[in-house]
Amino acid sequence: MPPVTLSHPHDPNDAPLVEVRGLCFAREGRVIFDGVDLTIPRGRVTAIMGPSGTGKTTLLRLIGGQLVPDAGQITVDGQQVNRLKRRELFELRKRMGMLFQAGALLTDLSVFENVAFPLREHTHLSESMIRDLVLLKLEAVGLRGARDLMPSQLSGGMARRVALARAIALDPMMVMYDEPFTGQDPISLGVLARLVRHLNDSMGLTSLVVSHDVHETCAIADYVYLIAEGRVVGAGTPTEMSASPSPWIRQFMQAQSEGPVPFHYPALDLITDLMQEGGA
Amino acid sequence: MIQQRKLEIAVGFFMVLGLAALFMLAMRVSNLSTVGLSDTDSGYNVTALFQNIGGLKVRSPVRVAGVRVGQVTGIDLDNRYAAAVRMHIANGYTFPKDTSASIFTSGLLGEQYVSLDPGGDPVLLKNGDVIRATQSALVLERFIGQFLFNKAQEPGSK
Amino acid sequence: MSDWFAAWGRQGLAVLIRLGRAHLLLFDILCALPALVRRPGELIRQVHSVGVRSLVIIVISGLFVGMVLSLQGYNTLVNFGAAQSLGVLVALSLVRELGPVVSALLYGGRAGSALAAEIGLMKATEQLSGMEMMAVDPIERVLAPRFLAGVLAMPLLAAIFSAVGILGGYLVAVGLLGLDEGAFWSQMQSHVEFYQDIGNGIVKSLVFGIVATWIALFHGYDAVPTAEGVSLATTRTVVHTALAVLMLDFVLTALMFNKV
Repeated sequence: MPPVTLSHPHDPNDAPLVEVRGLCFAREGRVIFDGVDLTIPRGRVTAIMGPSGTGKTTLLRLIGGQLVPDAGQITVDGQQVNRLKRRELFELRKRMGMLFQAGALLTDLSVFENVAFPLREHTHLSESMIRDLVLLKLEAVGLRGARDLMPSQLSGGMARRVALARAIALDPMMVMYDEPFTGQDPISLGVLARLVRHLNDSMGLTSLVVSHDVHETCAIADYVYLIAEGRVVGAGTPTEMSASPSPWIRQFMQAQSEGPVPFHYPALDLITDLMQEGGA
Repeated sequence: MIQQRKLEIAVGFFMVLGLAALFMLAMRVSNLSTVGLSDTDSGYNVTALFQNIGGLKVRSPVRVAGVRVGQVTGIDLDNRYAAAVRMHIANGYTFPKDTSASIFTSGLLGEQYVSLDPGGDPVLLKNGDVIRATQSALVLERFIGQFLFNKAQEPGSK
Repeated sequence: MSDWFAAWGRQGLAVLIRLGRAHLLLFDILCALPALVRRPGELIRQVHSVGVRSLVIIVISGLFVGMVLSLQGYNTLVNFGAAQSLGVLVALSLVRELGPVVSALLYGGRAGSALAAEIGLMKATEQLSGMEMMAVDPIERVLAPRFLAGVLAMPLLAAIFSAVGILGGYLVAVGLLGLDEGAFWSQMQSHVEFYQDIGNGIVKSLVFGIVATWIALFHGYDAVPTAEGVSLATTRTVVHTALAVLMLDFVLTALMFNKV
């Protein structure tokens, strides 16, 4: 049985799926984004990379409408996210899947029920239809056999794959991945990376991957944005990025400890600091 | 699904237990099961006029020969400064029209109650009737005062 | 000195802001209650976890509270030759005060802290965010059924507590102290008013159920999404529930039983 695809009223040649313009966002007095512009084209895997703490996860929450920007606009499929009413936002979210860092599976439900959750909440399908759909989605992530396990019995990589099956349960137009590769052993890391690419191509998704794993991300991404200190410091295809002369990009892509992102947390000069303590 | 069924049974058990507890509180502990709950149920109301009601309160019992037949539902002062005690008599108890009422105390420190003494009239008390033949409550201070006064009056006293 | 005042002002403002958030949350929960008719299964699950699982502690505590009450009451009453009023004393103490209050305190410690921890953990593990991103409102899906379950379970727990307590008092009075069984019950029946005493006790436990569940849900939902945040939320739940229940008990008692 082929996967049931809900047809989305979009034209592949149309405008980009997500557009971020002049985004500014500050939290607890700390500026996280200061004029960020991003364009996420349809049908591609776009990666957003950057050092830890640059607010990559925050960016996904802004796109998903969980946070509201201080300035600028975020448009998803032609709708300006921060202007939507609650009901409209929920309608939009049904067409967006999101994979959280730890999977965010509901701990009191089994794997099967977790994947069935969005179907039960948002559709009126019969029990047998739901069963078929869930098994298909689980098959796509290779965990059909694990359907009766509870989330606590899963390894980290498996939990993420189940969460991925849940994220695509409603056949969304896009999936956002929040650090999908963090803390994975090399095997499940490879499995996840291939899954992201494979699902994107086979289901006609638009994927947005937030990560700081340069190697894995560049292997699957069509386009890469590099964010640091609240701004976009580099953008291009993975090949362009690794050839870029920009010091930001070079430091990040080649994992150098010194560069525009300093090794040292801002502090006084070492000699002054030592003398101060002795002299006090 | 078996899990869900077990859960439902447990919750059902809990609900039944809770309601049983409420039922026990209502029927075994409180006065809900005893007669003369309120003047809204079937039965009839009569009023008795007393010179002094002592410590009688609303909801004090009304007894005939020690049997509880109703309760006091209201206490007011009438226009001649007598206490008008409204009583609700439970359905099924009928008394002659010349019944008299007294206020007694059960035990030395016990509660006060209205005791009805049925007379011999063939006409029965009906709703809204007034009992005028009453004997007031025994107020202990007054009683002791009278006792001491009488003692002093006795000719043989020293 | 002005720093000192500023610190107090800041604290006060923070408390007010939390209070405001708590009320907004309560409002959202109440708005989400009607949608519960579509998921009775979830409600049953939650009644099980807050009600049925609190049953053992409620029954055991109720039994012993009633027994102690009977023993202590007897020692006092017997000096006034009023030992036959022991049933009244036990019943009124339990039905009016101890039943609602003690069971609310136990409920706060048993079910309230568990609720706060559960919801705090769901927040810390991004389950609540995950639901939001799946276009499911966590207030409707997670908080509202727990709230209703708590509000339903609390009066039942209090009634069970009182009933078991009275039985415990009866066992001590009649079995141990040799009081007359008939006097014990008949005195109780003639002095305990159904609407005045038992009805008000039920109203109290209903109010405590609302407040205790609300406090637990708010602390869980408002928890800082870390391990420390969750443990802080459970501690606060127990402390705030106890304070709120005892203070409200005074207010309710003054309103209910202070009539001629």
